[in-house]
Amino acid sequence: MSTATTTPRRELGTGRTAGTRRTLEKGPSGWLAVPALAFFMLFAILPLLGVLFLSFTSWDGLGEIKLDGLSSWNTVLADPVTGNALLVTAKIMFFSFIVQAPISLLLGVFTAASQKYRAALAVLYFVPLLLSSAAVAIAFKALLDPNFGLGPGLGLPFLAQDWLGNSDLVLFVVVFVIAWQFVPFHTLIYQGGVRQIPASLYEAAQIDGAGRIQQFFNITLPQLKYTMITSSTLMVVGSLAYFDLIFVLTAGGPGYSTRLLPLHMYLTGFKANDMGAASALGVILVVIGLALALFLQRLGGKNRNASQLEGA
Amino acid sequence: MTSTTELPTAPAALPQPATTRRRPTKLGRSRPNFLGGLGGWLWLAIIIVPVYYVVITSLKNQAGFFTSNPMLPPAEPTLDNYKLVLENDFAKYFANSLIVTVGSVVPALFVAFMAAYAIVRGKGRFLSWTNNVFLLGLAIPLHATIIPIYWMITKAHMYDTLLALILPSIAFAIPVSVLILSNFMRDVPNELFESMRLDGCSDWAMMWRLALPMTKPAVITVGIYNALHVWNGFLFPLILTQSPDTRVLPLSLWTFQGEFSVNIPAVLASVVLATLPLLVIYVVARRQLLSGLTAGFSK
Repeated sequence: MSTATTTPRRELGTGRTAGTRRTLEKGPSGWLAVPALAFFMLFAILPLLGVLFLSFTSWDGLGEIKLDGLSSWNTVLADPVTGNALLVTAKIMFFSFIVQAPISLLLGVFTAASQKYRAALAVLYFVPLLLSSAAVAIAFKALLDPNFGLGPGLGLPFLAQDWLGNSDLVLFVVVFVIAWQFVPFHTLIYQGGVRQIPASLYEAAQIDGAGRIQQFFNITLPQLKYTMITSSTLMVVGSLAYFDLIFVLTAGGPGYSTRLLPLHMYLTGFKANDMGAASALGVILVVIGLALALFLQRLGGKNRNASQLEGA
Repeated sequence: MTSTTELPTAPAALPQPATTRRRPTKLGRSRPNFLGGLGGWLWLAIIIVPVYYVVITSLKNQAGFFTSNPMLPPAEPTLDNYKLVLENDFAKYFANSLIVTVGSVVPALFVAFMAAYAIVRGKGRFLSWTNNVFLLGLAIPLHATIIPIYWMITKAHMYDTLLALILPSIAFAIPVSVLILSNFMRDVPNELFESMRLDGCSDWAMMWRLALPMTKPAVITVGIYNALHVWNGFLFPLILTQSPDTRVLPLSLWTFQGEFSVNIPAVLASVVLATLPLLVIYVVARRQLLSGLTAGFSK
């Protein structure tokens, strides 16, 4: 495939022989898309079918793969841990959205403005983007240590809790750490969105005597509709991928309190060596992700038309 | 669509909101935004405290860590922890990360660019179908496919090699790359292609002599976005590699944590060292890096 596209480079560069090519009138050959498509099919679409296939087998990850009907599905669906993992996933998705969305929006508006100190703050705001999830998790594990972390450091007893060992608190700690890591990314998206709002809209509003708050609600927010949909979609669908952070931070514990779906899949497959059941969980993950993405896209499609009309 | 293309010119558009923000103060409504400022400084504290803690702790010796106040800098800062991390094959893990990142991003950009060119300039059912496959790829949580990928990699006898990390990383980088590159390519004026066509240029030549220079900012943006994801990636290394010879940086942090166990200052020194390369890039080319981070998602 690659030879088909690489050889014409020198020979057809002058264009004399190019006239004989069928592609001349119809635009470039579809072959150009084949390498990317082949790669994607082989390592993403094929595994997607593979995960469905493996969910009907039993496999320990090393030995033979045996067709096993619905037994993996029965195991997964009867296991209360699955339901718990779904609940934990939904909770983390919900709370991390509720926390991240308003903070990112406000910080995006805040940093898009011209004041020098805001620009300086923004430089520091984006530092968490440089850290890998593993690094963030390790840093917070140390920081939240009840004996050698933030609590004793500041002399504030209520901060010296066993944050990661308390099953009532740990979910909120996870949500906080997620927000710490990902709010900067969404701030960046909102900052870009705010900077694209035409200045004339604000000028007109000021002539009409609109205050800061009125401008925010009547200009900034409606103009950011499309940005909000993008950011929200990434937040919601992205929360199905919070694997590494939670794996290093809590490993799903204590108990099952932070064992969300991707982590449950990993632990079932690679720790409990039940690849069949893990594949069934993978299928569930794909279905949820796809459903959410389609739902949000539909929501976005409608809103996009509306916001364009308003903008006009 | 068009909005994504405005991303590289974002710095030019920057002064726009500035004028509108400043105007109220000139009109006499000079009340500064105290609430906003307060929130801004509060968020700064939230961001900076963990970073500060990691840096000061990494400079403490172990005895100092257990006895001193955790939030105060060490009385006698030491670089011993950094030495310990560097002596524990840090350079090798760094090199592995570099190989995997470059080895994934360059081929991914190459094939994604060709595909984007074909999708934008070409016609036909096959190409629109291809485009839809990539769009679908954006919606799927691809990490759900790790088990079959593990299966394929072991079957191909690639388990515990760097290639095992590179191949799926290329595939996972393709959909977003194609989407963003094709969004930018649509804005290259058709007349330019027409005139090159009249000069007798082949599609292959037009792709590299016209489309590539015209979309260079987008290529850089997409490259940075993908590079950061591969560089910080954790899941593939976790399931597809095993030995220290193929260990990459994020995984090494996790294993350091196991090896050094109670030596928290050394663990945190490894965190600092692993972040340092990106920090340097951030200081040198902040604007490029940040525009790469959002990869055209901005509006």
